[in-house]
Amino acid sequence: MESTNDLTTYTSPNSTDVAHWYRAARATDFPENGGACVKYGDKQIAVFNFSRRAEWYACQNLCPHKMQMVLARGIIGTTAGEAKVACPFHKKTFSLHTGQCLNAEEESITVYPVKVVDGFVYIGFTA
Amino acid sequence: MKHVILVGNGMTSFKLCEKLRKLSGDIRITVYGEEIRPAYDRVHLSEYFAGKTADDLLMAPRGWYHEQGITLHTGELVTEIDRTNKTIRTHHGITDHYDYLVLATGSGAFVPPLDGVALDGVFVYRTIEDLNQIIEYGQRCRTAAVLGGGLLGLEAAKALVDLNLEAHVVEFAPRLMPRQLDEAGATILAHKLTQIGITIHTGKATKRIAGEDRITGLEFADGTALPVEMLVISAGIRPRDEVAKACGLAVHARGGIQVDDYLRTTDEHIFAIGEAAIHNNMIYGLVAPGYDMADVVARQLTGDLSKKFMGFDMSTKLKLLGVDVGSFGDPFGETPGSIPIAFQDRCNGVYKRINISADRKHLLGGILVGDASQYNIFHQMVVNKIPLPAQPETLIIGVPGKEDEGAGVKSLPDTAQICSCENITKGDLICQIKDKGARTIDDLKKTTKACTGCGGCTPLVNDVLKMTLESLGVVVKKTLCEHFAFTRQDLYDIIKVEGIRTYDALLDKHGIGDGCEICKPAVASLLASIWNEVIAEQATIQDTNDRFLANIQRGGTYSVVPRIAGGEITPKKLMAIGRIAEKYNLYTKITGGQRIDMFGAQVHELPLIWEELIQEGFESGHAYGKSLRTIKSCVGSTWCRFGVQDSVSFAVFIENRYKGLRAPHKFKGAVSGCIRECAEAQSKDFGIIATEKGWNLYVCGNGGARPQHAKLLVTDVDTDTCVRLIDRFLMYYIKTADPLTRTATWLNKMEGGLEHLRQVVVEDSLGIGAMLEKEMKELMANYECEWKKVVETPALRAQYRHFVNDDASDDTLSFVDLRGQKMPADWNRK
Repeated sequence: MESTNDLTTYTSPNSTDVAHWYRAARATDFPENGGACVKYGDKQIAVFNFSRRAEWYACQNLCPHKMQMVLARGIIGTTAGEAKVACPFHKKTFSLHTGQCLNAEEESITVYPVKVVDGFVYIGFTA
Repeated sequence: MKHVILVGNGMTSFKLCEKLRKLSGDIRITVYGEEIRPAYDRVHLSEYFAGKTADDLLMAPRGWYHEQGITLHTGELVTEIDRTNKTIRTHHGITDHYDYLVLATGSGAFVPPLDGVALDGVFVYRTIEDLNQIIEYGQRCRTAAVLGGGLLGLEAAKALVDLNLEAHVVEFAPRLMPRQLDEAGATILAHKLTQIGITIHTGKATKRIAGEDRITGLEFADGTALPVEMLVISAGIRPRDEVAKACGLAVHARGGIQVDDYLRTTDEHIFAIGEAAIHNNMIYGLVAPGYDMADVVARQLTGDLSKKFMGFDMSTKLKLLGVDVGSFGDPFGETPGSIPIAFQDRCNGVYKRINISADRKHLLGGILVGDASQYNIFHQMVVNKIPLPAQPETLIIGVPGKEDEGAGVKSLPDTAQICSCENITKGDLICQIKDKGARTIDDLKKTTKACTGCGGCTPLVNDVLKMTLESLGVVVKKTLCEHFAFTRQDLYDIIKVEGIRTYDALLDKHGIGDGCEICKPAVASLLASIWNEVIAEQATIQDTNDRFLANIQRGGTYSVVPRIAGGEITPKKLMAIGRIAEKYNLYTKITGGQRIDMFGAQVHELPLIWEELIQEGFESGHAYGKSLRTIKSCVGSTWCRFGVQDSVSFAVFIENRYKGLRAPHKFKGAVSGCIRECAEAQSKDFGIIATEKGWNLYVCGNGGARPQHAKLLVTDVDTDTCVRLIDRFLMYYIKTADPLTRTATWLNKMEGGLEHLRQVVVEDSLGIGAMLEKEMKELMANYECEWKKVVETPALRAQYRHFVNDDASDDTLSFVDLRGQKMPADWNRK
């Protein structure tokens, strides 16, 4: 229970060193242009269906600002073409490409590679 | 290394140290101060009585001098200057050699040659030591007087009030502050001071101070007397020029060390600054000119001869015992041909006078008493010769509804001096904001030191900050965001005219990019305001509260608020809430809007809770939306012996009429059954107060961070008229306000203000009344309880789960006990 609220639990893998593609849910289970939370063991992963751009993103569900498990409920959008998510609590925004906080000096969030195969969403993990 | 000795350690001397060190590390600086403390803030001396300590008042702690490599001797009075050998000697016998000497000896209190000035209980008001003596002696007294009704004398009077003494002010001139105020201004000031218990005696020539060993009273030339137990003399200042005089420097007959435009005395190696210096027959008893002098000398000592001391404007603004007083430029209109315009309001104790030039083009000076909020801008208009508006009287009587604080500062040139203590111009501030990234007043204080002297420029600095940030697009963007180059009002019209029903359609047709957390909720709100369709159909453009139709709380759980219109609820429904809250283990609390909030529901529980609430006859309370919250009511004529109308029935009716109505921001109403106003209607976006003849309607009030009373729109209207006017008022607000703007702010920004609003809503001056009413009817016809819709629609209901791939609930939630209920554990530590 404690471990999931610990930032060190999350590390961003490069899509090249993904050891395991986890089949999360059907693509249709995710709202269009929005997100939902995936449980992966003890981890909570926010997955976003950016249907307007035909893109998928995943990141930790934990917002590093106030350590709240809420990013999946955030509004997604873009700034200068870069996809981002806004935490519903205090509107801290994070790049969905790099995980960097875009409007404050918060720690970066972990982002994960996502792929959709045969209508299923897969998230890439190193282990 | 060049050795500079400063004689005296007051504010000006301190400023010279600071400026010298800023310009050069290559000068040896030694300071001799007579007082036992390092320099302190004499301007705010009276705060010593209000609880500030001597340390609070220090310009800088002793350690600062050490850090800056400045040798500071305190308690050392320089008694001799040997100009031939360039040495000084103190009363303790220390001698020191200088290359340059700066006399910043300041001034002492002027004590008139009266019998009895040496009696016990007679003090001057100058140093912290003086204050300590006044405080000690004052404990044995009940009454005290100040001799001198000038600026400093009134400061001293404040000190006496702070000591809980019965305070008198005795002034020789026929009015208070004769150097700053005219008769009318002084009268208003005197009246205000009288109200707070100070007795004013003007036109009184003091003949002698009576008493054997200690003072017992004052005797005046007109034969009258004033018995008092203590006297504080504040009859002016006398420059400390003894040591200068003794070494043969030229001094003025009235006192003051003669200096030229470079602040040089008759010895080119000796300067004099501050109140000790006399320049062009003027002694400057204010801090800002002293600082300017320090700047001129600091520059010269580091080789910059470009700046001269050109005299100084004696404009001043202060707060005396809570009364604002300002006097600027030519306050008395002594400029030939000048025309005075004055506004006098004895009721509120406000006096404003401006003197304009004969050609009516420029402001020459003026006086402000009771409300000096315009001091800075007026002062700048004088200094920078800003052209006057066509009707200069509007400067002091104002145009109704025009309260744009930032507008004034826009007209100032970049060279306009904003902070006179530190000589910071508007351009300096803009440069800090634009190029150096300053974003707050604190940033500007740190980098420029503006506002750190007298603090009087703070409002103006704030205006410059606001204006510049706006120009950078940091604070107020008229366009919604990078995705829509339109205002909210533009988008309202586009959506309505083109019949657009979804965010994506609007973005495709009129936007760029892929949206963001600013435009999505704003457009969601517009769509809801225009079509009033169930917002859950477009869940992902909603802010999180609207997305889950509940209020997100710490920890990520939600709170649930069913509608309890007018605060009226049956015992049965109360029990239903209790039962449901208990079942789901929810923390319950009564809200400020007379309903019940249930906290701690997890996402997946929301539809379950609502299913039960709906079965019990409840509807959504829209506590999560930018929409109508509640209509608060008092019990009114049905039960209350004072009530004149049935306020509860009206509140229930109104709340049900506007429930679910989405607006640029949340809005609240209230209905009070009589003039006692128990429902606090005047703090609401619209408030209704019963009269014998009908209802009074107030609009545009709010509580919150900047509370504002609602303003009276109409009186004694019947129920139908009242409802019709509220329909129009709300629709007009919904159509024209910026996003996230409450009605109060909307009105504050409105051209023409309340009068314009009344014209539109009551008089129908735009001819849109019928349309507004029709639009409101359409919205109301479309109302549907959105929670009922969600509970009954499986696809919508399916969104309410924490994990998309697991039925588990969020196991990171944790709660602790709070007085027998639960609350979320602290914000998780990092």
